[in-house]
Amino acid sequence: MAFVRRLRRHLVVIAGLLTLAYLLLPNIVVTVFSFNKPKGRFNYSWQEFSTDAWKDPCGVADMCGSLSLSLQIAAWATIGATVLGTMIAFALVRYRFRARGAVNSLIFLPMAMPEVVMAASLLTLFLNMGAQLGFWTVLIAHIMFCLSFVVTAVKARVMSMDPRLEQAAQDLYAGPVQTFLRVTLPIAAPGIAAGALLAFALSFDDFIITNFNAGSTVTFPMFVWGSAQRGTPVQINVIGTAMFLVAVLLVLAGMLIGKRRNKQAK
Amino acid sequence: MTSAQETGGDVRLTGISKTYGSFTAVHPLDLTVPQGSFFALLGASGCGKTTTLRMIAGLEEPSSGTVHLGDQDVTSLPPYKRPVNTVFQSYALFPHLDIFENVAFGLRRRGIKSVKGQVGEMLDLVQLGEQARKKPHQLSGGQQQRVAVARALINHPKVLLLDEPLGALDLKLRRQMQLELKRIQTEVGITFVHVTHDQEEAMTMADTVAVMNGGRVEQLGAPADLYENPRTTFVANFLGTSNFIEAEVAATSGDDLVVKAGDCKLTLPAARCTGPTATGGKVLVGVRPEKISLAHADDAGRIPEGRNRITGRIADSSFIGVSTQYVVHSPVCPSFEVYAQNIERDGRLTPGTEVVLHWNPAHTFALDAAQDIEAGASKVEEDASA
Repeated sequence: MAFVRRLRRHLVVIAGLLTLAYLLLPNIVVTVFSFNKPKGRFNYSWQEFSTDAWKDPCGVADMCGSLSLSLQIAAWATIGATVLGTMIAFALVRYRFRARGAVNSLIFLPMAMPEVVMAASLLTLFLNMGAQLGFWTVLIAHIMFCLSFVVTAVKARVMSMDPRLEQAAQDLYAGPVQTFLRVTLPIAAPGIAAGALLAFALSFDDFIITNFNAGSTVTFPMFVWGSAQRGTPVQINVIGTAMFLVAVLLVLAGMLIGKRRNKQAK
Repeated sequence: MTSAQETGGDVRLTGISKTYGSFTAVHPLDLTVPQGSFFALLGASGCGKTTTLRMIAGLEEPSSGTVHLGDQDVTSLPPYKRPVNTVFQSYALFPHLDIFENVAFGLRRRGIKSVKGQVGEMLDLVQLGEQARKKPHQLSGGQQQRVAVARALINHPKVLLLDEPLGALDLKLRRQMQLELKRIQTEVGITFVHVTHDQEEAMTMADTVAVMNGGRVEQLGAPADLYENPRTTFVANFLGTSNFIEAEVAATSGDDLVVKAGDCKLTLPAARCTGPTATGGKVLVGVRPEKISLAHADDAGRIPEGRNRITGRIADSSFIGVSTQYVVHSPVCPSFEVYAQNIERDGRLTPGTEVVLHWNPAHTFALDAAQDIEAGASKVEEDASA
């Protein structure tokens, strides 16, 4: 009976832990296999512990090139989508223009459309326009599909903003530019940051649209896909683990800064 | 910017109005707020008081008319160029800045570098020196309210505008802040224009009250004057409670007017009648509930001569501590309200008792009968739901 009672009391915690394990198991496998020394070309079964791949992460031909390309595209796509998306979000919330309702729903369409369909239609469009496939076509495609996500994130934030805050700023001698920089932007910042992070993550690991529109350019997801057919170098796991660690460290840093700020305030 | 004393001046609104499409929020309005006064715009929600305030602040563009601050025409100036500051309803404190930076905001925008001393002084004035590094959401409602006042006052505006600043506070805190705001106003000598729907708040704080209704100023004056001499039923009902008796002017005797309501004759000073004074003119005779005395019908003979009297039956009585409030049915007025101080209570005055109401004729006023008796009386329910 005591066991049952204890189980019942901790049921939520147990369910939570199991879900967490389910989420993190793939990451653990990636990390463990980054220390593997595979026999043959495939890194699918555990052989022996080794740090060879960690010592020479760029040891595989073309991999670090494709990684750097992916990071560049993700960075530019994030900047482009965040700037444009923020402006769209403000326009949708603040201004009453004709077709506002239509724009409001059309902006969601890229999120709802199957990616393969969009990828194929984009390719058709690029080919018909005579565009040369490569870095620019990929960047244009990425900014396009990241936009809807940024707009959604920023719009939610701007909508919940009290218009009186901007009026108060104006009342306290801030002109239009100062009001935007000192009040509007800082308050919208969490929404903009969330949109930007989402855009970066989506762009960095997009495969389908990129694969259709990249021509001979190879991004990191495309490299992983290609190598999976011929053999998977351990370095892929090293890169995966490193990215996971960077993300975790960023989250931890964010939490620490937030905590310190709160403590200061108290 | 220099201090208010040197640069001050009256706030003058000339023919100012605001229309939204076919809806007129404020009808052309002339208003002068003397420098250094505490001025209240009082009215129910939707009467145009906040719109008027926002036109002074520059947050709303008037459809016609001009706004002058002293000699300066500020009608076309944007809010950030007007020497006017506002305490907003629900305060509008910047949530991403701490209290210190909220208060320093106006100074910094005007390029003042050393703000520390001034902000410290201002926070001390509103007793928040300890809280400087907290964020607005970490403060209580009353504290936030004081930050909003400090944030506006630190700029030494010519006029401080307050838009229902106490609306979000509970009753006790509201009373306390009323006195606090009045103290600050007296101390800094800046003109305050205060918008409120709470008649008690307006009367407690303001030197002059403008009662607004339907986009117009119904009456303007000192609180006591408005209360004793309302010129319309709206003002009479909105400021406290009034009893009205429909009557007809019967005669004039000296400075007094004799009116007839049913079988009873009532007397009032002719000067206190804003309606028709010629014989046969229809008037509404008004008297405030606290001016009336109540006597048991058996004691009618003991009532001194020369008082206005009306007979009736007590329909309801409620004891509320300082006074007892009676509702009396009378042939001339279906529900007459009487507030009696709880001194020497007559135990016989229970519901169902026949009574005589009597009062000094000097406390009677009369209005033109061609208006709605109930105007402005519905505000009680509105306050309760707010």
